[in-house]
Amino acid sequence: MDYKLVRTTCPYCGCGCEMMLEVANGKLIGTFPSKNSPMNQGKLCIKGWNAHEFVHSPERLTKPLIRKNGELTEVSWDEALDYTASRLGEIRDAHGGDSVAFLTSARCTNEESYLMQKLCRAGFGTNHVDHCARL
Amino acid sequence: MTNSIPEIEDANCVFLIGSNTTEAHPLVSHRVFRAKLKGATLIVIDPRKIQLTLQADIHIRIKFGTDVAFINGLMSAILSNNWHDQSFIDERTEGFDALREHLKKYPLEKASAICGVSVEDMIKVAKIYATSEKSTILYTLGITEHSHGVDNVKSLGNLAMITGQIGRPSTGVNPLRGQNNVQGACDMGGLPNVYPGYQVVTDDTVRAKFESAWNAKLSNKVGYTIPEMMDRLLDGSVKAMFILGENSVMSDPDTHHVHHALTSAEFLVVQDIFRTETTELAHVVLPGACWAEKDGTFSNTERKMQRVRKAVEPPEGAIPDWKVICELGTRLGVSMTYDSPSAIYDEMAGLSPAFSGINYRRLEAGGIQWPCPSPDHKGTPFLHQGRFTRGKGLFHVIDYRPNEELPDAEFPFLLTTGRRFAHYHTRTMTGRCPSLHKEFPTPRAQINFLDAKRFGLKEGDLVKITSRRGDLTTPVQPGDIVPEGAIFMDFHFAKANPNVLLGTSLDPVSKTPDYKVCAVKFEKISTQG
Repeated sequence: MDYKLVRTTCPYCGCGCEMMLEVANGKLIGTFPSKNSPMNQGKLCIKGWNAHEFVHSPERLTKPLIRKNGELTEVSWDEALDYTASRLGEIRDAHGGDSVAFLTSARCTNEESYLMQKLCRAGFGTNHVDHCARL
Repeated sequence: MTNSIPEIEDANCVFLIGSNTTEAHPLVSHRVFRAKLKGATLIVIDPRKIQLTLQADIHIRIKFGTDVAFINGLMSAILSNNWHDQSFIDERTEGFDALREHLKKYPLEKASAICGVSVEDMIKVAKIYATSEKSTILYTLGITEHSHGVDNVKSLGNLAMITGQIGRPSTGVNPLRGQNNVQGACDMGGLPNVYPGYQVVTDDTVRAKFESAWNAKLSNKVGYTIPEMMDRLLDGSVKAMFILGENSVMSDPDTHHVHHALTSAEFLVVQDIFRTETTELAHVVLPGACWAEKDGTFSNTERKMQRVRKAVEPPEGAIPDWKVICELGTRLGVSMTYDSPSAIYDEMAGLSPAFSGINYRRLEAGGIQWPCPSPDHKGTPFLHQGRFTRGKGLFHVIDYRPNEELPDAEFPFLLTTGRRFAHYHTRTMTGRCPSLHKEFPTPRAQINFLDAKRFGLKEGDLVKITSRRGDLTTPVQPGDIVPEGAIFMDFHFAKANPNVLLGTSLDPVSKTPDYKVCAVKFEKISTQG
């Protein structure tokens, strides 16, 4: 059996507890608290202990979807990316960059939020980017 | 947070206001328990009898939304008893005379009448907070999610500065942030007024730096906040929206308004890991990878940047969000070629003085708290040591403003909202964790047992709750956690989502909605079998 522990940071609240994800044969099978994290010192809450449970849910989205004739329809990544970029570009060119708004995510990584605001500011020349901090 | 979580346990006084810490931030409440074991006085200010009130030395059952009057009253008591720190005020602050003059409008008796806390209790709290060697303020959304949230926060800042309870270990004004990377989304400039590292978009020098780095012409106009985006979608001036990892339909107030706004979009893109109420409105849905399937960093509520590491592959067909954004950026003419998240981090840190000393190699040894301006800087566990970021700490003169919608003859009950221990937000994730679902499978609206008796309600009976915006049906949970006349609902379940009831009144500065107070009525629908 291919078995490993991967040290990471909890995906739930802002405490930032460090945890060890238990991986067997490429699948998550458990979560342990990190003992030498200064934040959580070997402890986790009930959400943290069970953080691995949603990852392999059969309900995960695995195909890009485009609305066609009113229905969200599975498409290839190339089609989804080309279509999204061309529609956003058309709206930007017809109505100006201020006609497009972006919400980045308090769930994603710093690197992803950096890229979202860069895409908004550099690609559309607007500062209409926000996230749920004020909500 | 101005200070760090481990410091909490060494405080002599923990002043906890508007935070249900054991349910929302369990590993912070652990430090509060330790502080108590080490002899600290625990003051819990909350209209509800939350779990920590059982450990508290003093529970102040303040009336909903009257925090400014309460804090102004505390400061009046502190000044009239000479419990303030005059040398801190003289050396470190400005605007004190105006505050002193203003507080004459809030004598203890008047403040007490507004917030429903006895004069004796206010004096007791004022004395303990002001005269303990190290007092720390912890707060959460009970302070900020009001149409006067910014006033509440500034009032807490006044209280800390008037007593010198800031700029030292185990003191400070400490917001506990609710999401794993809400701090990071702010740090990275996911805000309409700042670039990464809180550099303002209206500063010409800053903007020139980013224009040169990104090879693009940038706007000098502050952008729209979320509530403004929704309004502009409705009036047609915003035509397209790109939402990353957010279930706006469920999580924003006044659900019908948000639903209407998003369906008005000419083009809506939503990137997420599950189908949600929001992906159902999109023109394009892009499947992302979750936190266990990609590398990156999060910033926790203590401003600490920590590594997130890939443990498993995403499900076949899903792609890490950073790669998706790069693909779109490249197609739209933005230079976005990175071989790894580490390279993205380096570009970001190179443009942000607050983070420029941090990189993935250093983070291997553990998280680093910003500001960290150079590679040999150890990071900053607590802020404002010796001087405030702006130089002198500025006192603000704050008047009490009632919440915009209070109970009246037609809608006589006050609705407030919050989290339950086993769930997270709209249950996109926790609803799919069998162990958590088992703990808390259905919504329950907390009501006071006296109100329950009056309406003939028992645990599990169904009620219809109605506000000026909408209505819903939910089982009730009678008890003594909420005071008479109040209802508490969690916001985790689509079938009983209190956001359909809430209004859209916003804080004038932060644009934060009033999630904590709105007026409702209710009626019994049926009895639990």
